[in-house]
Amino acid sequence: MVKTHVHQIPLLPRPPADLSGSGEPKVLSVVRMRFPWSRLWGKGGGESRDGMTVTGNSDKMAAAEDNLAAVDHILLVLSGKGGVGKSTITTELALALRNAGKRVGILDIDLCGPSIPRMLNVLNSAVHQCDAGWVPVYVDKDKTMCIMSIGFLLETPDDAVIWRGPKKTALIKQFISDVAWGELDYLIVDTPPGTSDEHISVVECLRQHKPDGALLVTTPQAVSIGDVRRELTFCKKTGLPVVGIIENMSGFVCPNCSECTNIFSSGGGEALAEQSHVPFLGCVPLDPQLSHSLEEGRNFIQAFPKSATFDAINNIVEKILSNNNESSALHT
Amino acid sequence: MLVSRGTFVGSTGGGRNTSLLSWNRKCSSRTTRSWRTFQATRHHVALLDADMCGPSIPKIMGVEGEQVHQSGSGWSPVYVEENLGIMSIGFLLSSLDDAVIWRGPKKNGLIKQFLRDVDWGEVDYLIVDTPPGTSDEHLSIVQYLSATQVDGAVIITTPQEVSLQDVRKEINFCRKVNLPIIGVVENMSGFVCPKCQHESQIFPPTTGGAMKMCKDLSIPFLGKVPLDPRIGKSCDEGKSFLTEIPGSSATVVYKDIIHRIQEHCATHQSDVEATA
Repeated sequence: MVKTHVHQIPLLPRPPADLSGSGEPKVLSVVRMRFPWSRLWGKGGGESRDGMTVTGNSDKMAAAEDNLAAVDHILLVLSGKGGVGKSTITTELALALRNAGKRVGILDIDLCGPSIPRMLNVLNSAVHQCDAGWVPVYVDKDKTMCIMSIGFLLETPDDAVIWRGPKKTALIKQFISDVAWGELDYLIVDTPPGTSDEHISVVECLRQHKPDGALLVTTPQAVSIGDVRRELTFCKKTGLPVVGIIENMSGFVCPNCSECTNIFSSGGGEALAEQSHVPFLGCVPLDPQLSHSLEEGRNFIQAFPKSATFDAINNIVEKILSNNNESSALHT
Repeated sequence: MLVSRGTFVGSTGGGRNTSLLSWNRKCSSRTTRSWRTFQATRHHVALLDADMCGPSIPKIMGVEGEQVHQSGSGWSPVYVEENLGIMSIGFLLSSLDDAVIWRGPKKNGLIKQFLRDVDWGEVDYLIVDTPPGTSDEHLSIVQYLSATQVDGAVIITTPQEVSLQDVRKEINFCRKVNLPIIGVVENMSGFVCPKCQHESQIFPPTTGGAMKMCKDLSIPFLGKVPLDPRIGKSCDEGKSFLTEIPGSSATVVYKDIIHRIQEHCATHQSDVEATA
C-alpha cells in the first residue's frame, strides 16, 4: 500500500493564539507554509467568502475522488452533547468491525480534543507522505486499521489547537482529500460535539461520496437527549441519513453486589429513537474495564470478550452490517 | 451594565458536566444567595450560556421555554431567582429541536450581542459556561472580555487521562491568552453503590487524576465531585440539587469548591485594586 518516496510530514508549529477578529487570513497562510502541496493551495485556488481556499480545482477534486474511491462505507459518529462517548464508541465500533473481518479507517476531526490516537495506543506515531498523499497511521502490522488525526501532527500532546473555524475547515478538507486511505470497508469519522464548522465542512466534503449516514451517540439523560434532537435536525437539514441512535453509559453494574444503577437516568435514547422514527441500535453500559482499556490503548474486544459491553458493541455492529447486507466473519 | 467580576468556566472535553457545575453554583446561589457561602449578604449572579450548539442551561435551571424580552436598556435576561439571571441561545430558538448550524463568525456575533446588549443590571458575578474545545467561542469571549478584569477560568475534567490530555490543552490555552486559572474540578470522581456502598472508579484515574495533574502544573485543585445519579436527575428535572439533596457528599464538595472560588475572586479583586 505504501508507495515509494515517503517522507515524514513536518509537525504543526505551536499555533499562536488568534485574538484578532481579522486573524483568519494570517492563520491560513501558516497552514499553507506547513503543508506546501501546491495542488491544494496553489493554481486555480482562490479565497471563498468565509476566507477558505476554494477547493474546486479539478486536480484537487480528482485527488479527493481517488483517495476515497476504494472506501465502501462512510459512517459519521455525531452527538449534540460533549462527553457522551463518541470517541469511545468510534474506537470500539472500529475494533469490532475489524474483529468481524473488515478493513477499517478512523478519521478523527475533533481538532481541539483528538482522543483516538491515545485510545488505540498510537499516540506518538508520525504521519508520512507518499505519492498518493498522506499515509494514515496503521494500528497493526496487517494494516487492517488506520487512523488520521491532528493528534499525530502536534509537537507535544499538550499543544492546544486554538483555531477559528476557517483553519479547522481547511485541515478537515485536507484530511479528506489528501490522506491515502486505500481500500477500506468502513471509514468512521469521529466528530467533536455540536453542529458547527467541523460538521458542516465534513458533510459538504463527503457529500459526493454518499456516506451511509450518521450514528448518533447519547447518554440516557434528558439534557443529552435534548442536544441529540438538534443533531437529528442537523442531519435532516444537511441531507445526512441517520443510521441510528446509540445510548451510551446506559446503566452501571456494581462489581461488588451486581446491583444495576442508572447513573445517567435510563431509556432516553430509545424513547427518542421511537419518537423520531429512527432506528435504535442499542445500549452500551458504563464499564470501568472499558475505560481502563482505552486509557492504556488496549484492545477491549480482545481483552474482555465475555463482557456485557462487548456484546452490546457487537450487536450494534451486527445491525450496521446487516443494514449493508453484510455479515460478520466469526472471530473469537 | 455593571459587572463586578467575571469567571469563565471551560473544559476542553465535552460532557465533563460543565453545565452542571455552573448550575450547581447557582444552587449555591439559591441556598446561600450567591457563589459565596456567606451568612448575611445576597449576591447577584449572571449566567451566560456560550454553548451555541448545545445550550443546556435553560433546561438545567428549569426555565426551558422562557422567552427573552427587550426593553430600552437592552435584552432582559431570564430570571430564575431575583438575583440570578441567565442568557442562552436556548431562549431564542422557536423549537427545542431547532439546531444551530452556524460557522464561527455567526457564533461570535451572538456572543458579542450577549455581552453587549443584555441588560444584566448590577451583578456581582458573571459566569460564562462554554462549549468544549479551544475555538471561536473561547477566543471571542476572552477577546471581548479583555477590557474587564476576568477573575479567571475554572476548568472541569473527569479523572481519566483521555480527559486530562484535553484539559492540559485548555490550560495551555488559558496561559497563551493570559487568562488566570482559578483551578481545576474533577467531576464524576468515584461512584458509591447505593446498595452496598462499594466505591467504584468508573472513570479510572490511571495517571493520578486531576489532583496529580494540578500538582505537576502548579495549578490549584478545587475538589472532586463524586458521581451521584441524583445530580443528573435534578438537572433533567430543572431542580436545584443542593436544595433537594443537601445531605449528599456531592453537595458538600460543591459548596467547598464555591468557597474556594470566592476566596480567589476576593484575592484577585484586592490585587487589582492595589495596582490601580
